[in-house]
Amino acid sequence: MTYAHTIEHAEIVHRCFRCGYCKFPSDYVDFNCPSYKAFGWDTYSPGGRMWLIRAWLNDEIKSSPHFAEILYSCVACDNCKNQCVFPKFRDFLPDIFQETKAELVNDGRIPPEVRDYFKAIAISGNPYKLPQSERGKWAEGTGLQPYTNQEYLFYAGCVGSYDEVGQKMARSVGKLLSDAGISAGILGSEEACDGSEVKVLGEMGLFTKLAQENIGQFKAKGIKKIITLDPHALNVFKKDYPKLGGEFRVFHYTEILAGLIKDKKIALTNYPVKVTYHDPCYLGRHNQIYGPPREILKAIPGVELVEMHRNALNAFCCGGGGGNFFTDILGTGEDSAGRVRVREARDTRARIVAVACPSCAKMLSDAVKTEGLEDTLEVLGIAEIIERARAK
Amino acid sequence: MSDILKALIEIVGERGVSNTPEELWFYSRDPGVLTPHLPDYVVAPRTTEEVRKIVLLANREKIPVVPMGNGMSLTGLVIPLKGGIVLDMKRMNKILEVNAMARYAVVEGGTSQGVLKAYLQEHYPQLRHSIPDAPPTTTIAANAALHGQGRLTQQYGFNSEMVTGLEVVLPTGEVCLIGSPSLGPYWFSRGPTMPDLSALFLGWLGTTGIITKIGLRLYPNKKIRDVELFVTDRVDLIPDILYKLTHLEILEDVNVWFQPKPLMFQGNFHITLYFTGDTEEEIAFKRRMVWDALQEYMDSKDGGFMSVQYMKEMLMEMPQRGIADFADVPKGGGFEYSGPITIIEHFPQYAAKVVELAAKYDVLYASSARLISGGHCMMFSISFAFNRNDPAMMTRVKHALDEATAFALEMGGIPWKPNFMEQKMIMEKMDKNALKLLQMIKNNLDPQGIMNPGNWEVNS
Repeated sequence: MTYAHTIEHAEIVHRCFRCGYCKFPSDYVDFNCPSYKAFGWDTYSPGGRMWLIRAWLNDEIKSSPHFAEILYSCVACDNCKNQCVFPKFRDFLPDIFQETKAELVNDGRIPPEVRDYFKAIAISGNPYKLPQSERGKWAEGTGLQPYTNQEYLFYAGCVGSYDEVGQKMARSVGKLLSDAGISAGILGSEEACDGSEVKVLGEMGLFTKLAQENIGQFKAKGIKKIITLDPHALNVFKKDYPKLGGEFRVFHYTEILAGLIKDKKIALTNYPVKVTYHDPCYLGRHNQIYGPPREILKAIPGVELVEMHRNALNAFCCGGGGGNFFTDILGTGEDSAGRVRVREARDTRARIVAVACPSCAKMLSDAVKTEGLEDTLEVLGIAEIIERARAK
Repeated sequence: MSDILKALIEIVGERGVSNTPEELWFYSRDPGVLTPHLPDYVVAPRTTEEVRKIVLLANREKIPVVPMGNGMSLTGLVIPLKGGIVLDMKRMNKILEVNAMARYAVVEGGTSQGVLKAYLQEHYPQLRHSIPDAPPTTTIAANAALHGQGRLTQQYGFNSEMVTGLEVVLPTGEVCLIGSPSLGPYWFSRGPTMPDLSALFLGWLGTTGIITKIGLRLYPNKKIRDVELFVTDRVDLIPDILYKLTHLEILEDVNVWFQPKPLMFQGNFHITLYFTGDTEEEIAFKRRMVWDALQEYMDSKDGGFMSVQYMKEMLMEMPQRGIADFADVPKGGGFEYSGPITIIEHFPQYAAKVVELAAKYDVLYASSARLISGGHCMMFSISFAFNRNDPAMMTRVKHALDEATAFALEMGGIPWKPNFMEQKMIMEKMDKNALKLLQMIKNNLDPQGIMNPGNWEVNS
């Protein structure tokens, strides 16, 4: 076939039957595609996107702001990849969406919010447009030192470094690592954006530059092992950096903390509270890390862990993936992902929603406020919950 | 902005209406082989009142209205053949009531099969509904409106026969309750002992009104469910085998399938038999009954039971996810089927026709027949896969399906969920006074002819 546009997986796109399994979790309890849930048009579902991309490849529809919105409302949660009934090509669905976004970037036909995100990263090195010199401020008082040949690099990422909610998470993790005697350092003002969201939003040139600079710096400093606060960083370090020559051993902080608790290097006291755990897409579906956060919570005396109906492989996204944390294309309507998810958490009668990703923490904290649930539900990082158990 | 668009936005809000090229392109087609046709607007109501206002507007402006569930009939029933409004009903997806003792559920008109299944599983595990093997996104109302079938059709009839009441917006804008809910709060009967008005909407494919609420019978969900697979290469024996099996009156579902790929299935006819029970003893008893009924075919070496272990998980799924996978056999994203309803004694002739058509048009087939109402009839699916990037193959599939429909009519069968051309073929063959009755009903209910025009065109 000859196409009007070029994407790597163009020869697969027509194979989608648009049957719609991709919209659901495995038990069909509710729609599990955040953009379809929020917008309600079939065009915003994975199958809808596939069919539209085919029409766009064939020049039956043109690049437009609406087409771009449909593409950029995808939160890259990978639910579709797991639920699609076509094993021969389902693994490529997220790639097809990302490749199409990359083409829109090349054509300059992207939403203004996405353009502004790229500009902020390119100019300021972070989406908040804050000075690089402030990047390591979150670590003050944690005991973490600049990286100088320690066993691990603790990588905080943009959200952990600059966002208030993310900083709290980063501080609590940093303090626990430090108190437990883990040999870990930080890059502070030398840390750069990992490029995860840049890639998923389709700016491949900028992503490659960021990744190569990070790889160069990590290698120059002799970094071999990395602990990430952010599952998005974990994902890109594990899956994309090796393709550019960056082979590191990468861990999510919950994996390290679970080991420390198991080895009794973090002493815990009673903290009687009912907790539900929200699986971040980039930790769970993208990297199959479901156990460690739950092991930590179950190890805290007094914590009662209750699952939301949709959990683990079937977890509903907070809406922050695919760059939506910054671009907010999904919006904050009643059916926006974060609001749906905190209502699901509320239904468990848990007092705390435990999270393991700074983006999830922020998205769900905001949703708790919008839903007026501040008095009944608190969003906390796993390490923050451990800190409470230590303080008691 | 046009006045129509403004009026629609006033009714459903900005996020409830679209006329962008992307939505118009998508809602102009279904996954089958029929030619698309663009709508003018796509509208997604959330309430019956919104539906009512949209219909009143459409009536006033003489705009076609095409109600749509998930659009998976594959026969173009939601393609807006004359433009107008495609009404995406899927935002009306609430489960309104489950009466466990009377065993019925009431849901909104866009509620999906999957959501009801999950809801019952969680809240009423002792109950189930007759879920079709279509994807779980398909809607309960659309399935009933086209006389769909499901896992309990062998026992209890077409899914449309399980309807216990309707709320319908008539083409002239009146909201009408059908059956027991028209008299009181209970949704236990669609008609009896009154005249059964639900028949004015079931099978009409959205040409006589829009279903906004539907009551549906629920059935006991037994604790244990099991399956056996009987295989024979003697197609001539299939009707007798099915007759003996249905005489037992113990089977949940019976499907007969044959397909050339994978090669291990070629040349054989597979009868999948489902049965349920609350105890292992009940299951063992039913299994023995089934085996005893078919013993003679094993003695004559004409058939035997095949181990299902390696595919049991797939066979037990509801819906069966593997069915959609047929669409990718030619690496092409599509299949379509003609599914005539016919008597089981015609199975051998239909089976021969499938193979003949596949060879004649050089297309890949898979065929499966489901028994209906204890064997009074069956739905015989003649299914052809195609590659969506191969227009010539799609044309061949279309011709093969047209010929399959003509054959079904010759054999005295009734095409299931017929496309607009097949509807014409049916009306041409139909008893003239029956056609006149259809005309009287349609013209009285929809005097402006706005409801899904192009379908059941009784006046042309």
